[in-house]
Amino acid sequence: MSTTAKTRKYTILPVTRVEGHGKVTIHMNEEGEVEQARLHIIEFRGFERFILGRPYWEVPVIVQRLCGICPVSHHLASAKAMDRIVGGERLTPTAEKVRRLMHHGQMFQSHALHFFHLSSPDFLFGTDGTASSAFGAPVAQRNVLAVAGKYPQLAVQGVMMRRYGQEIIRATAGKKIHGTGAIPGGVNKNLSLAERDALLKEVEQMLEWSRGALAIARDFTMDHLVELLPFGSFDSNHLSLVREADGALDLYDGVLRAVDKDGRKIVVDVNCQRYLDVVSEEVRSWSYMKFPFIKELGPANGWYRVGPLARMNTCSFIPTPEAESARKEFLDLTKGRPNNVTMCYHWARMIELLHSIESIRELLTDPDLQGTDLLASGPRREEAVGVVEAPRGTLFHHYRVNRNDEVTMCNLIVSTTNNNEPMNRAVTKVAKDYFTGRTAIPEGLLNHIEVAIRAYDPCLSCATHAVGGMPLIVELCDASGDVVDRRVRN
Amino acid sequence: MSGVTLTIDGKSVAAEKGQTLLKAAEGAGIYIPRLCAYKDLLPHGSCRVCSVRVNGRIQAACVQTVTDGAIVENETAELQEYRRNIIDLLFVEGNHFCMYCEKSGHCELQALAYRFGITAPRYQLLYPKRDIDMSHPDVYLDHNRCILCGRCVRASQDLDHKNVFQFIERGCRKRLQVNGEALAATDLQVTDEAVASCPVGALMRKRVGYSVPVGERPYDNIPIGRDIETAGEE
Repeated sequence: MSTTAKTRKYTILPVTRVEGHGKVTIHMNEEGEVEQARLHIIEFRGFERFILGRPYWEVPVIVQRLCGICPVSHHLASAKAMDRIVGGERLTPTAEKVRRLMHHGQMFQSHALHFFHLSSPDFLFGTDGTASSAFGAPVAQRNVLAVAGKYPQLAVQGVMMRRYGQEIIRATAGKKIHGTGAIPGGVNKNLSLAERDALLKEVEQMLEWSRGALAIARDFTMDHLVELLPFGSFDSNHLSLVREADGALDLYDGVLRAVDKDGRKIVVDVNCQRYLDVVSEEVRSWSYMKFPFIKELGPANGWYRVGPLARMNTCSFIPTPEAESARKEFLDLTKGRPNNVTMCYHWARMIELLHSIESIRELLTDPDLQGTDLLASGPRREEAVGVVEAPRGTLFHHYRVNRNDEVTMCNLIVSTTNNNEPMNRAVTKVAKDYFTGRTAIPEGLLNHIEVAIRAYDPCLSCATHAVGGMPLIVELCDASGDVVDRRVRN
Repeated sequence: MSGVTLTIDGKSVAAEKGQTLLKAAEGAGIYIPRLCAYKDLLPHGSCRVCSVRVNGRIQAACVQTVTDGAIVENETAELQEYRRNIIDLLFVEGNHFCMYCEKSGHCELQALAYRFGITAPRYQLLYPKRDIDMSHPDVYLDHNRCILCGRCVRASQDLDHKNVFQFIERGCRKRLQVNGEALAATDLQVTDEAVASCPVGALMRKRVGYSVPVGERPYDNIPIGRDIETAGEE
């Protein structure tokens, strides 16, 4: 909060092409300097409360409705927790591979959506409608239809790649969105030969397009380094799952690893069941979203990034050849040290896109996918944690289930929450760099704030706001909270 | 047994004296929608989804017996609208969240809604506060989804020869009650016909939810009642 009576506050509401309903306030002092910027999450989720008392096997199907873009992450994180509840955490090979295929399908479609539909308008059009500057595109061009008009091949690729990922989800979960494939202890179906053959038919094309998407992200970054390196950037810790055996990138299962800004391991491969020994959450009065941090370091120093950028920094290597080669090139930019550049999230995301399609190609030829041993079980437990790497970062699901099969406790730390502090820092950095000394909010600068948020997280409201005008409410408030100026644009 | 002849939607149907209209129609390959009717349980006549016009008067086909020369209307726009309204009302007076309900694809209420083209409620949802009884080791009772069809009450008494369920209260307060402190305190077993008889997701076997993949569930591809119509075509 500001300390001077003449401090002004800008409010950007809603933030478009970003999941859910967010609001940004920019607090300026009487000298016109940005004191602080905040990303407020003003929705209440409530899932932790309303699944209490429900049967545990319903949970993977209910909680995935947290999201329409990455429901599979919630489906699988909760199913992994319920695997342990029924003592079936050692999945059969068929069940584990079907789930991994499902997860890569979702990673592929979500990353394609994030990059092509939501973020590419920021890259492809500069202030003058060309790519000569980084992302100051006029508002009329900041949507996927404008991309389709000017770069039709690219737009088609984006749509087709998303469709392909969703077809994988349909084949493994029964539906493209909100399926039921993962059940406690395994899966309810394998992959039929017909489904496999249909997916194999297109996999090489998808691989080719993924290479192209990676090249766009890499070239865009390298061509605009001067603008991008400082944009919303700051040093941070990074956290993700890595494969237990060798520290490889593993999006479905593994142990928790965190590194600091210099790459030193600060959380060393901890079993996910012990996540509460590692992570704690701070509550702040102005947001419904909590602020997680690494317990040992405390809230001031222990906050961390998650998601594609963090995963590039934490993993020892990527276990598919082309993506690993791309990761090495990515790390060359920071001379092998962790990359702390916010806008490099997009590049990292496209490396993961390539990793997912490489993994999909490998999995599709695995005969285990046609196995019929689908379920495992063992001694019951009353408490369990399930963790996956969702497209936007580490996702924790924690449940207790009583002997009557009722859920009695649920705690969810979603990717966006893990990135709460970093997103606030990114917004503050952009506000300080671009808003200081201004008395009004030019359109291009509003977009800068959103570009910083979208590097991390761009989900749901895209569906309604990406096409057409970008509705914004901008409020200028003084320190006492009174609105002294207001602009509405639809 | 002597026979009678009647017409249903203009089609001549031969039936046995004493048969219900529902059974007679079924024998002729004509599907009359229903919810509270179940296998060989005695007719109940509570849901009224099987309402037909018999010689101009609206009757429940599950309890009305055939008469010689009767003229029965079944698939008229008027009756379909009445039935649609009944189904609509059943949805809004409970808490039916098909999107995550494990009975989806197996549920007769949902299947009827699809058959009638109901994709969203037309009336205001009441969101009643109802309980879930998870006390039994193998079966749970979710009152949120109960439509008071009485199948479990009758199946428990007439087929299982137990008395696990009853109705209490009247009118809009009417609800299903177990005859005991909770489900666990009754002699209900998971193999009881009462459990199998539930048309919705109210009385459910535990720990088997979602085991049939989407696309392979009974009503995913075949509308409810098609089996009766198909038998009539052969």
